[in-house]
Amino acid sequence: MDATKSLSSYPTSLLLEMFRRMTLIREFELRAIEERHRGLIPGFIHSCVGQEATAVGACLALNPDDVITSTHRGHGHLIAKGGEARYMMAELAGRQPGYCLGRGGSLHISDFNLGILGANGIVGGGIPIAAGAALAFKMRGERRVALAFFGDGAANEGAFHEAANQSAVWKLPVIFFCENNLYGEGTAMHRSTAIQNLADRAVAYGFPGVIVDGNDVVAVYEAVRQAAERARNGEGPTLIEAKTYRLRGHYEGDPQVYRTPQEVEEWKRRDPIPRFRARLLQEQLVDESTLEEIQGEIMAQLDEAVLFAKQASQPQSEDALYGVYADIHNGLVF
Amino acid sequence: MREITYSEAIREAMSEEMRRDPRVFLMGEDVGVFGGVWGVSAGMLQEFGEERVRDTAISETAIVGMGLGAALCGMRPIVEIMFADFLMCAGDQIVNQVAKARYMSGGKADVPLVIRVTTGAPGSAAAQHSQSAESWFMNVPGLKIAVPATPADAKGLLKTALRGRDPVLFFEHKMLYALRGPVPEDENFTVPFGEAAIRRSGDDLTIIAIGGMVPKALQAAEKLAQEGIQAEVIDPRTLVPLDVPTLLESVAKTGRVMIVHEAHRRSGPGAEIAAILAEQAVEYLDAPILRVAAKNVPIPYSPSLEQTVLPQEEDILRAAHELMRGVKVAEPL
Repeated sequence: MDATKSLSSYPTSLLLEMFRRMTLIREFELRAIEERHRGLIPGFIHSCVGQEATAVGACLALNPDDVITSTHRGHGHLIAKGGEARYMMAELAGRQPGYCLGRGGSLHISDFNLGILGANGIVGGGIPIAAGAALAFKMRGERRVALAFFGDGAANEGAFHEAANQSAVWKLPVIFFCENNLYGEGTAMHRSTAIQNLADRAVAYGFPGVIVDGNDVVAVYEAVRQAAERARNGEGPTLIEAKTYRLRGHYEGDPQVYRTPQEVEEWKRRDPIPRFRARLLQEQLVDESTLEEIQGEIMAQLDEAVLFAKQASQPQSEDALYGVYADIHNGLVF
Repeated sequence: MREITYSEAIREAMSEEMRRDPRVFLMGEDVGVFGGVWGVSAGMLQEFGEERVRDTAISETAIVGMGLGAALCGMRPIVEIMFADFLMCAGDQIVNQVAKARYMSGGKADVPLVIRVTTGAPGSAAAQHSQSAESWFMNVPGLKIAVPATPADAKGLLKTALRGRDPVLFFEHKMLYALRGPVPEDENFTVPFGEAAIRRSGDDLTIIAIGGMVPKALQAAEKLAQEGIQAEVIDPRTLVPLDVPTLLESVAKTGRVMIVHEAHRRSGPGAEIAAILAEQAVEYLDAPILRVAAKNVPIPYSPSLEQTVLPQEEDILRAAHELMRGVKVAEPL
């Protein structure tokens, strides 16, 4: 049974939005994988199948003008923060109308209007950037929060430790949100890290460290809501460790020699989406037909997104040379 | 015009911009209470307070990364990295994050971030506090690179950087901090990027000198003048963007050129400039393009060793004589 309070204390609209976004992320990932195999998408896919609750619980607990930094496994974070499937799919396909005009691809999607400061191809790379966003908010007296998504692997990068320490000193409104999916690429956490709980590291920096069931969207939502409130009140950072699991390989095609099929099967039983769905129905907060309807809308939305990406124009090849700087020099791109 | 030092000129640029633009702030190691280990930001904490002059932990990755995050969210941070050698501690943020943010986002991201850093050998500071790192970053598209050599340029280039929309690596040579020179008091005095300065005119040979080597090149040029050789000394002022037309024009006139820098010779800024000249001006050349640079060994500690490795005035003179003879004497390393 989930540790969180009864779902009936939450507005149904919020619960349905949780369901909708988690389902959208799951189906987006499955479609992206399919389109990768079909050749629409030229680059790697690091899917977040199984980790939808962390993305959605965290982002729905933030305000629209709060910001996030994301990771190489970032599609879920982006969709959870409001990213649109069609522009994401177009970016994955390397097309002109994609979020980054086809220059970024999966690892570098950003939308500053939505507060998405960027996915990141470098493990831990986004963490100091989120701290800097929080610094900007604090200096201007805005009650905004920055949340850095990162994984258990990034918790061993210096960037995490430096940003955590400096943010604590300045009591910045930042949330360090660690999605601990037990593997840094192909290395089990116990082989790279001598402690059980990464949340313990918060003690070293002088702010709270919280452990949460990362496959329980409401539990994640609660943890982030509290951390955000704390941040807005000027009390500084929080480290949240959400225990979760990625149900597919590090990338599509990963032979996954580092874990057993039994382990994956065991975690499938804790899949956050069926689990949340069952709970919604069990507590009689929604009926099955509503959820089916949402599911149907999402499938239609993704059909449209894939079609949009397929029909979208390719970037002009000479466009590759523009946009390095804000200006050009002596009439030349430099 | 009143004269101030290079160091004061940098402080004046920062202070003026902080007065006119609340988005500008300074952070780095010892920039506040200490006033900067080179004294560049002395007194700024008293004027602007702890919110805008921020002493940080010794965490270069966080300093640069937080500067980037703040820049993406509407601020105009100046971050100071105490020594160019320490830029490598922030390597990922500078190379993979700051430099690429605009391009990877499809041009959406403005990154008005200025990374101020000291460069060059201050004397017996040895291999980890003496490096000239400019060309390490010339190979990374997305960064602009300023190498001011005079107090006026230090002020004017820094103000341009602080009013721009792109990340700038601003290399301040340690041996220039005490250099005095005329600096305009006009608050809107700026020096554009990508415009070289002709420090001295001459018809016989061109010396392209970078940063801390500009005064040495000028001294050498005076000695050459006494021998009847008129050297033109060009200071590119920014390496990215680089004012290629001014370099070409000079070389077309003189037919002889050397590039002088304190960075190591192999793949230093001179390698790039020499390649450009070879590609675009070979028909004007009457002699091989020469480089006068630090030898390809780490900068040693002991003064006599250090002097052997760093380029000296006599090296410039020797290169000038070679150019005038049109013969290249092979240089070791």
